[in-house]
Amino acid sequence: MLLYILKRLGLAALVALTVSAISFSLLFLAGDPAISIAGENASSEDIAAITERYGFDRPLPVQYADWLVSAAQGDLGRSWYFDLPTTQIIGDRLGVTMTLGLLAISFALILAIPMGVAAAVRPNSLIDRAALFISVVGQAIPSFWFGLILIVVFSIKLGLVPASGSDSWKHFILPTVVLGYYATPAIMRLTRAGMIEVLSADYIRTARAKGLNPRKVLFKHALRNAVIPVISLAAVQMGFMLGGSIVVESIFALHGAGFLAWESISRNDLPVMQALILVFSMFYILFTFLADVLNAWMDPRLRVG
Amino acid sequence: MKIWKLLSGTALCACLSAPAFADKASDTVSMAFNKELETADTYFNTAREGLLLNHAVWDGLLYRDPETGEYKGNLATDWTWIDDTTLELTLREGVTFHNGEPFNADDVVYTINYVTDPENGVKNKANVGWMDHAEKVDEYTVRIILPAPFPAAEEFLAGPVAMYPDEYYAEVGPTGMGLKPIGTGPFKLAELEPGKSFTLERNDDYFGGPKGMAGVGNVEIRTIPEVNTQIAEFFNGTLDFLWGVPADQAEKLEAMGKYTVVNAPAMRVGYVTMDTAGRSGDGPMTDQRVREAVYHAIDRQAIVDALVKGSSEVIDTACSPAQFACDQSVTGYEYDPEKSKELLAEAGYPDGFEIDFYAYRNRPYAEAIMGYLNEVGITTNLNFMQYAALREKHRKGEVPMAFLTWGSNSVADASAITAEFFTEGPQDDARDPEVVEWIETADTTIDKEERKALYSKALQKIATEAYWVPLWTYNVNYVMSPEMDFTPTDDELVRFFDFSWN
Repeated sequence: MLLYILKRLGLAALVALTVSAISFSLLFLAGDPAISIAGENASSEDIAAITERYGFDRPLPVQYADWLVSAAQGDLGRSWYFDLPTTQIIGDRLGVTMTLGLLAISFALILAIPMGVAAAVRPNSLIDRAALFISVVGQAIPSFWFGLILIVVFSIKLGLVPASGSDSWKHFILPTVVLGYYATPAIMRLTRAGMIEVLSADYIRTARAKGLNPRKVLFKHALRNAVIPVISLAAVQMGFMLGGSIVVESIFALHGAGFLAWESISRNDLPVMQALILVFSMFYILFTFLADVLNAWMDPRLRVG
Repeated sequence: MKIWKLLSGTALCACLSAPAFADKASDTVSMAFNKELETADTYFNTAREGLLLNHAVWDGLLYRDPETGEYKGNLATDWTWIDDTTLELTLREGVTFHNGEPFNADDVVYTINYVTDPENGVKNKANVGWMDHAEKVDEYTVRIILPAPFPAAEEFLAGPVAMYPDEYYAEVGPTGMGLKPIGTGPFKLAELEPGKSFTLERNDDYFGGPKGMAGVGNVEIRTIPEVNTQIAEFFNGTLDFLWGVPADQAEKLEAMGKYTVVNAPAMRVGYVTMDTAGRSGDGPMTDQRVREAVYHAIDRQAIVDALVKGSSEVIDTACSPAQFACDQSVTGYEYDPEKSKELLAEAGYPDGFEIDFYAYRNRPYAEAIMGYLNEVGITTNLNFMQYAALREKHRKGEVPMAFLTWGSNSVADASAITAEFFTEGPQDDARDPEVVEWIETADTTIDKEERKALYSKALQKIATEAYWVPLWTYNVNYVMSPEMDFTPTDDELVRFFDFSWN
């Protein structure tokens, strides 16, 4: 098991390295970083001075190698925009995004799994159709629109929750619903499909024939197997939420890492972007790894090999 | 886009009954920036948000009265030109920084020598590059030495050049100043969460000067990127002041009759630049008749009326009317599509031509311009890019035609725009030696009348040769709760110290 974990960690580092190399090259294609740093009103003189100061006139591989050596020493550089260490900026923001991501995925799982099970137990019933309807609506509604509607209703009209910010748990209610609802349809549909498949399997029929408690058959025998792909999907969704909560963070002014990533791209703040890509890719790998372990624990067949 | 409009409409209608109240009781004005503030150290900040903070927390040696344009003493009480490159200033006595450090000649000398040293990497070099160094004459007298005559010196000393406390800055440097700014200004920075929010607190020990004492006790500024969320917060009464509200939203807010909506001009101007010098190849834009045809083809007034709105106005001159020496009496070209087609035919393009057209902001404006050009036969292929990418391409001379804008960093002098675009720099598409010479002479001439005459000649030639199609000035919408009072100025500098309660 230890060897397995070490192998996975080595692979993670390799993936992160590859991702960082590609992102480093790609980000430079987004325009001259000196112009971004200098700002929209900067004179040509300013831009020339910045190019020289930051060494943008050096070959790209040299710049990348420099960055890599510093990164290996734990120095991910300073933000060009904030003039603060990137680790400090990302550290400040990651907590918000992680909280939002965990709340949203929990919300999605709590909503989607029971819906998926209920829909699978009675296919084509009213419950099934209702679940599919909720799922389709979830996929069709743009997050920004849904978010603003919730703000109008629950913040402005009813005054129950704040419209923006991240100072208290109340601030997370609306963003969690918006982001969680966005992840719900995929999980619900996968749960439903998995349950329908499992419920028609021979061992379920056998279990039922043996006269086992139907509830036990449903939740212990069927759901446990049907939910395995859902765990992998949830891990991917969680990774996606970390980087992809941009719209939600923007609407609710949450100042998380997702929004920071978006802003850093638009202002060519390369040190922050590179550090974020590294951090996000590591989280992706971590979640996938955790999902694999969880799956292996739930399904002994997966432990082989 | 339609969904956004629909939603904002819904939001506005839904909230007709919602009360809005400024937090007069706690003497705190709450407002939002839609952009994260960079470091608070003003010399390492290039955004307008930073410029607003600059004027609140620090003072310049001079102050420009936004109404009269007159320069008044601020941290300096008197100033005289010893010669064309030496300015002597008498400093105000009895001023202290927010940390109690007394203000004197050492602070001025330290600040200017620090910011002019290329080693220290100040971001906006143009703001300080016109100075060489400063010398102390006595405790309250300094001299600023210039490398060459610079007539806009007073404008810069009244604008971005803020005075720092020498001892504090030597100790904490840009990072420390970025997190805990110390100045002499009418506001002290009480709290700062980088990228998220900051709170200003009235400096009760402020010396007054031309800025006067701050009219409100506190100003809380949060970063809320989404304008619809800002409006929601405004309805909730958790924001009292909105800045830069889009025209359609501002109109709806005004129609509600409950809020103060003020529109004021900004120094930013829009323009179409054309590759006259043929840097991107020997394209049609090298022909003056084609450039004139472009000018005649665009109904600028119609775009201003339908899209830009507010106090924006059509301009013919390649600078902002709010700037010194921006002569408005140059040749103009009326909207005349028939004349445009005739000119194109004369230039050998009876059926028009196809050209790459670049833009980076205000896409609807860009598309409107393209629509007019298409009508006379100029088929434009839109390349809508990030600002940095477009400017890089432009600097390399790879842009045959573009819709661009320029804000001049709120410097009210024509040189802030002409020096960038018409003195053979990387953004000069015209490269006219005569224009270059006039502008460069004007940029280093002290005599105001002579400067005016030189800029006028240059701007007139830019117009007659149709190097640019100057489009319009920009405007800004300010929305305030009924309890608040503030009169915006035409340089888009929101002077927080001018906020007050009704």
